[in-house]
Amino acid sequence: MRYIIYFIIAFCLWLLLTLNVNLDHVIVGVIVALLGTVVFGGYFTKKPMKFLQLHRLFWIIIYIPVFIWYMFKANIDVAYRVLHPERPIKPGIVKIKTSLKSDIAKVFLANSITLTPGTMTCEIEGEYLYIHWIWVQSTEIEKASKIIASPFEKYLRRIFE
Amino acid sequence: MISPIGWIIIWIGVVFDILGAIGLVRFPDVYNRLQASTKCVTLGTFGIMVGIFLLKGFTPMGIKALICGVFLLFTSPVAAHALMKGSLHFGTKMWKGTVVDEYGKDKLGGEQIDKKEG
Repeated sequence: MRYIIYFIIAFCLWLLLTLNVNLDHVIVGVIVALLGTVVFGGYFTKKPMKFLQLHRLFWIIIYIPVFIWYMFKANIDVAYRVLHPERPIKPGIVKIKTSLKSDIAKVFLANSITLTPGTMTCEIEGEYLYIHWIWVQSTEIEKASKIIASPFEKYLRRIFE
Repeated sequence: MISPIGWIIIWIGVVFDILGAIGLVRFPDVYNRLQASTKCVTLGTFGIMVGIFLLKGFTPMGIKALICGVFLLFTSPVAAHALMKGSLHFGTKMWKGTVVDEYGKDKLGGEQIDKKEG
């Protein structure tokens, strides 16, 4: 089942990229999508139908503006540190704990953390994440988790779990 | 009306790209440089792509730009994790002003912080 859905997504992406429904383009698209499915289909999420449930789609739509807003804030923050004459940085690697269980949710959490203010994921191990922080506010696991991960966790939990 | 907005977004993107490049020069070690370049360059390039989409609309070029932008949002953080983990395991020292290194303590047997002046 998940192979079929992967194939459909890959083929639609191909059609969007070419925007051309000539027969030769479609044939090449089918071949490429099949190759992609054979090689990478096994890594696709186990229950793809889960993402068609309406409440998940709703939270995805809520999450996108939140994420873009945090990304914009991150850039203003980096711009400030770059342009300030004294270069105000206090970096360090801290450890945080996440309550998310599924792998894909953790991946999205790590990517979100990387693109948001002053933090960047180094490694995920079990339920702990190692974060490089450009301005360390707290080295305790609980407090750091609250500052770094909690803005995203509540959305990601509703989307992926 | 769409065209000026597209140009404004493109210029915001260019400004963030330039800031990322300045950060790459000004910050002291690999890890901080990765921070500056990943964040600013991702949003900057994403902005340029969205601007192109707004200028060109639903033409082949506009759709390609939008898809490239979304791919960038997914792949750029992954590349940054890979570079960061690679530098940590390679043993690149952190800047002397670094305050804590939990990863080095847990995994590499000691903090990887450069103690020398300089």
